[in-house]
Amino acid sequence: MSEPKNKLSAWNEVPFGGYILTPGNAREYRTGDWREGKKPVLRKDKCNNCLLCWIFCPEGAIEREENSVKINYYYCKGCGICSVECPVKAIEMEEE
Amino acid sequence: MGKIVALTGNEAVAHAVKQCRPDVIAMYPITPQTQIVEELSQFHANGEIDAELIPAESEHSAMSACIGASLTGARVFTASASQGIALMYEMLFVASSFRLPIVMAVSNRALNSPLNIWNDMSDTMGVRDCGWIQIYNQNVQESYHTIIQAFKIAEDKEVQLPVMSCHDGFVISHATEGLQLLEQKEIDGFLPPREAIHPIDVKNPITVGCVGIPEYYPEIKVQQEVATQNSLKIIKKVFQDFNSRFGTNYSVLSPHEMDDAEVALLAIGSLAGTAKEAVDKMRKEGKKVGIVALRVFRPFPHKELCDSLKNVKAVGVIDRNISFGSMGGALSMEVRAALYELKNRPHVMSFPTGLGGRDTRPEHFEKVTEILLEVAQKDSIEENYKVVGCRGPGCIEV
Amino acid sequence: MHRSIKEVKNMSLKSLPTQEYFTQGHRLCSGCGAAVTLRQIFAALDKPPIIVNATSCVEVSTTPYPYTAWTVPWIHPAFECTAATASGIEAGLKALQRKGRSPKTDNPIIAIAGDGGTYDIGLQALSGALERGHNFTYICYNNSAYMNTGIQRSGATPKFGWTTTSAVGKKIPGKVEFPKDIMKIVVAHEIPYAATASPAYPMDLIRKVRKAITVEGPSFIVVLAPCPRGWRTESSLTIEIARLSVLTRYWPLYEVENGRYKITKKVVKKRPVEEYLEHQGRFRHLFRPERRNDLIQEIQDYVDRKWHELLVLEEATSKL
Repeated sequence: MSEPKNKLSAWNEVPFGGYILTPGNAREYRTGDWREGKKPVLRKDKCNNCLLCWIFCPEGAIEREENSVKINYYYCKGCGICSVECPVKAIEMEEE
Repeated sequence: MGKIVALTGNEAVAHAVKQCRPDVIAMYPITPQTQIVEELSQFHANGEIDAELIPAESEHSAMSACIGASLTGARVFTASASQGIALMYEMLFVASSFRLPIVMAVSNRALNSPLNIWNDMSDTMGVRDCGWIQIYNQNVQESYHTIIQAFKIAEDKEVQLPVMSCHDGFVISHATEGLQLLEQKEIDGFLPPREAIHPIDVKNPITVGCVGIPEYYPEIKVQQEVATQNSLKIIKKVFQDFNSRFGTNYSVLSPHEMDDAEVALLAIGSLAGTAKEAVDKMRKEGKKVGIVALRVFRPFPHKELCDSLKNVKAVGVIDRNISFGSMGGALSMEVRAALYELKNRPHVMSFPTGLGGRDTRPEHFEKVTEILLEVAQKDSIEENYKVVGCRGPGCIEV
Repeated sequence: MHRSIKEVKNMSLKSLPTQEYFTQGHRLCSGCGAAVTLRQIFAALDKPPIIVNATSCVEVSTTPYPYTAWTVPWIHPAFECTAATASGIEAGLKALQRKGRSPKTDNPIIAIAGDGGTYDIGLQALSGALERGHNFTYICYNNSAYMNTGIQRSGATPKFGWTTTSAVGKKIPGKVEFPKDIMKIVVAHEIPYAATASPAYPMDLIRKVRKAITVEGPSFIVVLAPCPRGWRTESSLTIEIARLSVLTRYWPLYEVENGRYKITKKVVKKRPVEEYLEHQGRFRHLFRPERRNDLIQEIQDYVDRKWHELLVLEEATSKL
């Protein structure tokens, strides 16, 4: 991933007013590194595409697909909410 | 040129604001600026101003609302004084670090405690580090002109900093003087509509007011400081442009009777006029005293100040506040700092004068000059400062 | 606890957009209730908002320079002036659009603050903005303490809740005051719409957000957002705890539209409040080393009284 243009820039290079002019560049940051040993694993055959895990994920690490969801481990912090909230137990927390 | 009218300082400010076509005005009353927002409210009710008025519930919220409004690209104005300036303290720093061209009129008034509604500059001197440009007016005509200049300076592409236009509470704010208004088309020609650099725009979203950890904070602040220093040359350009269009004579400071002066007074605001009167009288008596009236306090024009004072033997700074626990008032510290590197620098004494609106007359300045002449003759000072207009040991009263 | 599949099928999550206003990569804690709340708020919108954000967990965690998790205009002025700054933005856009200097748009202005920036230091600015009737939506995510600075008590902290400045010790069992009823204060300003919400009930929250931004004038939503760090709960139980806050009637879900009260989640068979309290480490001292039935009962009585009061208000204002 590229580093933001204004990382460690000089005073005459930083954007005007200390503004951040690159919207949403937080996406470059791998919050997935925060996981401590356990990650959620989805059993697609069990999933009924209710999207509860998607709406309850604090990170937006669960992506919607055609008939199911997909966990994005680049961002998943391993909180385990999705596993607890899944009504059909399709997500289990497993050792990395 | 418009007609000649008689207005108070506050009324003159309101007239100027109206003519500058503001978009948003945040209002909160406080003596002695209240009439500014009252006049603006009346103009607005008559349909003479096309703006959104925000009657904020405190000065802190008034400045916060100004910040929000200015971020949209609107031309924004507010007015305050004394406790109000103190209350909005943190937001003043935010306004300048966000690089917003807000203009605020201040009717200088003393700070509590005790409660005092009369004039000194403890309010604006107390916020000299907040990053705002500060311009001080000597009379009602200047109060009117400076508002117009202030918007031009603030909105300049190379400046983008907020400006305080200050005039003395009651002495100027409530005093009726004759002044000449400018015609609307003259002002429109001088001050075009604001062109914001990064207005709020969902098509171009920006994040303003992030967390600046130590790895980034200094760079952002130094950028702001450099812009603040550079604004001095734009201020001079705007004064020149104004002068050539309207036949005025504005500059960052004005020396008077300085050519062969042995000692000098440095004054700011309305007391510069009183001091000038004293200087003229003393000149007739043969005393070699001059006066420099400072108009722009921030950014501090240290080079120009140095040039104007370098040849005298002693400078008496007519301070308008006490910086408690130091060597007099805030203005004198700046003067001492500016003069320090001179090979033959003059002695500098601070004379905090007219605190809390204490009546100050030319006789006070004659007393000050006596002391300065003694300092010049002895080539040494005995005290760093002497309060003028106070009964008691170590102070001066007439 | 898991939902029944039937309950889930009645929701319309599939109809919601995948919002991109608030991105991944933010630094909020693992399991943060505020993060879930934000994602749900933005799923309710169909056009980009303009955000004013108080100093808070959300503010510092979403904008560590040079990164920003926002793809919409976002302003952080200071701690107590969110509503005042939002007022200024509303006025500025109004003036510029009226004068034809800006294209006419109706992107919602949303002020976001925590309970600290709303109940306490931000209360004056909120009151002023509501009284002046600016067209904006104020959303308070209530994690019931100054969490950003390390869990200090706020006016929203529950009675007997532990925080670092309402410590639990031999003499005093945590905070001794009941929390401020912010809804009463806001409703007293007679604004068109105010509501409580919970991230455990996303469709209810989303419906309320949609209503709030559509309403002409000020609107207010307060969301109880559990904080694993400050409440001393498991990060995986954030939604469960939020659900229990509603099902024990501790955090009733209701809305007030032009003075008319309506409970939006009628909890018929209420669960005892200790089912909500016992998961939370900040209430641990009510259960260990010995059960404090007197203190738990105080909380239960409070919850019962507030619920009863709501029923009375709903009945009384139904005639308005």
